This record gives sequence, C-alpha cells and structure tokens, in this order.
Amino acid sequence: MSASRTLDRRASVAQLLRHRGESLLVSGLGGPTSDAYGVGDHPLTFYLWGAMGGAAMVGLGIALAQPTRRVIVLTGDGEMLMGMGSLATIGVKKPANLAIVVIDNGLYAETGLQEAHTARGVDLAAVARACGVTAEVVETQAQLDAVEPRLYSAPGPLLVNLKVPSVASILELPARDGPYLRSRFRTALLGPDCHL
Amino acid sequence: MSVPAWPDELFEELVAGDVRQVAYVPDAGHKRLIERSLAAPGIEAVSLTTEEEGVAMLAGAFLGGQRGVLLLQSSGVGNCINMLSLPAECRIPMLMIVTMRGEWGEFNPWQITMGQGTQASLEAVGVLVNRVESAADVAPTVRASLALAYNTGRVVAVLLSQKVIGAKMFKKGDTK
Ligand SMILES: Cc1ncc(C[n+]2csc(CCOP(=O)(O)OP(=O)(O)O)c2C)c(N)n1
Ligand SMILES: [Mg+2]
Repeated sequence: MSASRTLDRRASVAQLLRHRGESLLVSGLGGPTSDAYGVGDHPLTFYLWGAMGGAAMVGLGIALAQPTRRVIVLTGDGEMLMGMGSLATIGVKKPANLAIVVIDNGLYAETGLQEAHTARGVDLAAVARACGVTAEVVETQAQLDAVEPRLYSAPGPLLVNLKVPSVASILELPARDGPYLRSRFRTALLGPDCHL
Repeated sequence: MSVPAWPDELFEELVAGDVRQVAYVPDAGHKRLIERSLAAPGIEAVSLTTEEEGVAMLAGAFLGGQRGVLLLQSSGVGNCINMLSLPAECRIPMLMIVTMRGEWGEFNPWQITMGQGTQASLEAVGVLVNRVESAADVAPTVRASLALAYNTGRVVAVLLSQKVIGAKMFKKGDTK
C-alpha cells in the first residue's frame, strides 16, 4: 500500500464539493454515496445504492442531456474497475462538462476491506489517459487544492484519481427510495412541470 | 437483396417520440438504425463497450430531461441484468430494441442460450416486453412501447424476431 495515502477521505470530498453550486452530482454505491451525503445533502445529488459499475455512465447520460451544466461523478475504485469500459466510451464521446472523481482506497471497503486491483498495480489514471480522458492523480493537500477549481472548469472529460488511506468511508445513510431520489433531482433540475 | 423499409420507419418513430440519446452495441440487424442515429443532428449516438453501460447512461438521460433508446442483440440482454435494477428501482423509463438471435433458423448454436432466455430474463427484472413478428408491426410497436415506457415510468423492450430481421447465414468463404 502506498505510504503517500495521507489525505483524509471525507475532508477531501468535502473540499472538492464545497463550491459545487448548481453542478449535478452522481454518487456511486457504498462509500461514495456515504461521502456525498456526509458532506451535505442536495437535491441535485443523485445517490446510487446499487448498479455497481454504472455511476460514470449515469453521469455521461446527464452530461449529454445538460451540456451547459457541470456534471460530477463521485465513485469508488472498485466501482470504476467494474465499469472500466465506460472510460473508453466516455473518452470517445468526450463530454466537455463531465468530471469523475475516483475515491481510490485500493479496496472494496464496503464489503469488508478486500484488496482491489488498484492496490496491486492497476493505475486507473493511466487507464483513463489511454482512453482519451484527462486524468490527475491527487495524493497531497497541495494537489487537492490545485485540482479543486479545475474539477469545475477544466474541459472534460476529466478523471481525478483521489488517493486516500486504505480504510472505509464513515457510514452516512441518505434516502434510499429510488422514485423519491429521481423526482427530487428532476424537479430541482427541470422544474415541477417535468412530472406532467 | 432489397432494402427493408422497417429500419427507416422505426427511426422515424424515434424522432417523432423525441428520442435524443441512442446507445448501442452493434448488431447486423441494427445497422441501418445506427447509421441513421449517427447522422441525425438532434441525436447523441453513443457506441458502448458493453450493453449495461447503455442502461446506466439512459437512466442519466432521463434524470437530465431526455429520452433514450438502447439498441442491442439478444445476447446483450444478459449483460444488462443487474444494471436494470437502477431503472426498475427508480421507475425510470427507457426503451430497449432487441434484435433476436437464437430462434428462427439460427445458424450459431452459441446464440441459443441467451436468445431463448431473453424474454424470461427481462421479465424477471421487471422489464415489459413487446414482441414483433412481422415487419409491418415494427413501427406501431415501437410507437406504442415508447408511449408505454414514458407514460408509466417503465423499461420496455421491443424484441424484433429473427423472422423480421432474417436469419443470418454463414458460408465458408463469405466476406461480411
Ligand atoms: C454487481 C455487484 N457486485 C458486488 C457488489 C457488492 N459491493 C458493494 S459495494 C462494493 C465495493 C465497492 O468498492 P469501491 O467502489 O472501491 O468503494 P469503497 O467501499 O472502497 O469506498 C461491492 C463489491 C454489488 N453491490 N454489486
Ligand atoms: Mg474502494
């Protein structure tokens, strides 16, 4: 395990999202959904509680539908490994408004801290670059400070590989009801008439 | 071979139904539809590495205010199953247009398992299924299925029988 994994996970996510404004956020199942909720609930956050591997592609669908809005995907390294092909799809489609933050703890933490390929040499930032996605590795506070504005302004697709210690996220449980999460997101984005 | 009319008729239904995102893994039966989608200015056509990506993407499309269709062959339905829990659990509508293999006059035995299991697998995860057995029924079934999906918040799959698309024949020395 990398000795350089010193950034606090929850604090790093809080910093990256503190100026999110009206950007649209999708969080991947498990830890990332806990983190997204833990740093502050928002109607423009769509929490996934399953659909492992799907977070980045949900982000792509939103990004294509809303090209003038910034779309942020918060996902885990385990989930990104399951959806690795979607990095190729996103790299080819090149949505300028999509950014993906991979919270990389080298683990499947949610299911009992099993080691993931990311702890054994697989480099998701290199995979992203090979797919045509701009990628930045963030392991220090200085790198986190530098990437924070770029998360919202750099031309996408962008992947931020956020290296954090090999521990689990602190559990925080947002709403689980799918139709509620769907409708509150759509109401906030599209207005109440979208249900008519 | 004369060019069949149903793919263009189907495409016109997608345009009329305000479909704005078309995700696909290629199948020979979808060739014309993919070409029309790629050429259409108001449509984002997205080539996928695996069909489940399309299910997640079209869930995002709906969250973002657009309608979407996934083009796949019956074997690709197997790749979608767990991802379909997302639209099922969130009552997010989308349309899947599935070209069937592994039935009418199939040549390749490796298509049988998933072709024969397609409808049961989809129904097992809450997808509503409309089968089409004749070319004349393609456009009206797609129109009705789009209405069903977006009026009721369901995933609807249209299964295009091998009778419609024609059984694919392989002969040694063929070029494709
Ligand atoms: C298709 C599927 N396989 C396995 C699981 C079990 N599972 C839930 S969360 C998770 C690990 C996710 O790891 P990661 O994305 O790295 O998040 P972390 O918990 O490490 O923050 C797994 C394997 C699942 N929910 N769905
Ligand atoms: Mg992890």
